[in-house]
Amino acid sequence: MNAPITSLLGEAIVALLLLAGSFFMIVGSFGLLRLPTLMQRLHAPTKATTLGVGGILIASMLYFVFETGRLSVHELLITLFLFLTAPVTAYMLAKAHLHRARAERELPPTGRPVGWATFDPGEGSDRSDDGSRPGR
Amino acid sequence: MIAIALGIGFAAVGFGTVFCLIRLALGPDAVDRALALDTLVVNAVALIMLLGIAQATAIHFEAALLIAMLGFVGTVAFCKFMLRGDVIE
Repeated sequence: MNAPITSLLGEAIVALLLLAGSFFMIVGSFGLLRLPTLMQRLHAPTKATTLGVGGILIASMLYFVFETGRLSVHELLITLFLFLTAPVTAYMLAKAHLHRARAERELPPTGRPVGWATFDPGEGSDRSDDGSRPGR
Repeated sequence: MIAIALGIGFAAVGFGTVFCLIRLALGPDAVDRALALDTLVVNAVALIMLLGIAQATAIHFEAALLIAMLGFVGTVAFCKFMLRGDVIE
């Protein structure tokens, strides 16, 4: 480290945020490796995406604030982009999994009177049973 | 203090990348592999940010942003392909 850090408190905050972000990164990847079913595996990397990368990006932002004295906000751009795209990605992966597992008849029961939402449309929906839109 | 935290961070994110690669090789289904690739992209973004702190430059942020965007587009394209058999209909 050749860059001077002015305050010890700032250094401690940056190191703590780095440790927290790294912890959540490894927890997310470990969950992706060890959890038994895909729906549970889908849950683990969201921690890595939001808390892990978020912590490391805030640490980077604070580090450059303490080093140069100027606020740099373009790390927030990556955080905002990841926060916006993580639900879309999880939704697309879950829907792809549901449609592929339905072909193999291995979906678990929903535990409710209605089925999975992408196959069992509610009242007033104009979608057909197989999840495709009418006219296709 | 920051150097120690950076070392631990590099090790943790590196192990996370290895876990993602193992899931990518094992993954019983194609959806598992798409999820592993998505997590791999997130790990790559975190590694680039750690490198930016370690070298004390702001030059890596564009690379991290580009990798995050391409990872999102790639995952969505994979999912569209698995759902419909085609990326752009």
